[in-house]
Amino acid sequence: MTREDIFAKIKEILADAMGVDETDVTPEATLRGDLGAESIDFLDIVFRLEQAFGIKIQQGELFPDSLAQDPDFVQDGKVTARGVAAIKEKLPHVDLSRFEQDPQVTKIGDIFTVEALVRFVQNKLATKAG
Amino acid sequence: MWIDRVVELQARERLVAIKHISLAEEHMHEHFAATESRPSLPVMPGSLIVEGVAQSGGILIGHALAFEQKIVLAKVTRVDLNHDATAGDTLRYTITMDQFGPQGASTKGVVELIEAWTGKTRTIGQIDLMFSVLENNMAGIAFPAGNFVFGEAFKTLMRNSGVVVPGDSAPS
Repeated sequence: MTREDIFAKIKEILADAMGVDETDVTPEATLRGDLGAESIDFLDIVFRLEQAFGIKIQQGELFPDSLAQDPDFVQDGKVTARGVAAIKEKLPHVDLSRFEQDPQVTKIGDIFTVEALVRFVQNKLATKAG
Repeated sequence: MWIDRVVELQARERLVAIKHISLAEEHMHEHFAATESRPSLPVMPGSLIVEGVAQSGGILIGHALAFEQKIVLAKVTRVDLNHDATAGDTLRYTITMDQFGPQGASTKGVVELIEAWTGKTRTIGQIDLMFSVLENNMAGIAFPAGNFVFGEAFKTLMRNSGVVVPGDSAPS
């Protein structure tokens, strides 16, 4: 499956899951800020990706669990260097370059873009095939 | 409660529940009351049909988790109702588990209307829902420890339906 095929399917999934227009689902769009995802939508997205691509996604594999509650990872409302390193290790599909410039925990939702989902699925399918 | 009885339960897979609609239900007199231009039109509100399907789905998921966790309706994914139901009708909700995980579940529900006086059954809609397991919710919010979801009303319904309720002694 090509990157374009994956993107097209994800577009459809996000439009269905959140009732947004497919034209709003661009690679740079953030799930929370631009597409209006709420916490339950993240679980809905996980379920739909599993069905559409025939993959199994473990809890915390696509989106982090309770990262913000860990005092080692969040201090004074900012994600610490250890926190950033932990995200990079656990979630290699997200691009943290912009977030690292101003790592406020309230902005963590912005790291989950449509592109991050495409990369995640690409990695999963590659692992499955390999 | 917005269902009267669970009539079938296959663990983790499927649950069928029924709801009899009666004119004794107060909301039927308000929905819709007579106006100067037309007589009363008693119709089961669609929102209460969604609630009945949600209670049915909640029991299916709660049962899969031995009723130890708090299951709440988190998202109404799809509601499609194409026919009114009124007093004397029976609604049958068939819920199938679509996806199930530690953080929640999604279900698909078919709504059928049974005309008690003819026995005629027809499908009148589909209601797909998502439920969150509050203990593992993705927002990381803490909730009270007691199980405020599966309270006495749910337990009474389950006992009447022959569903084993945790904490009850085994029948002698």
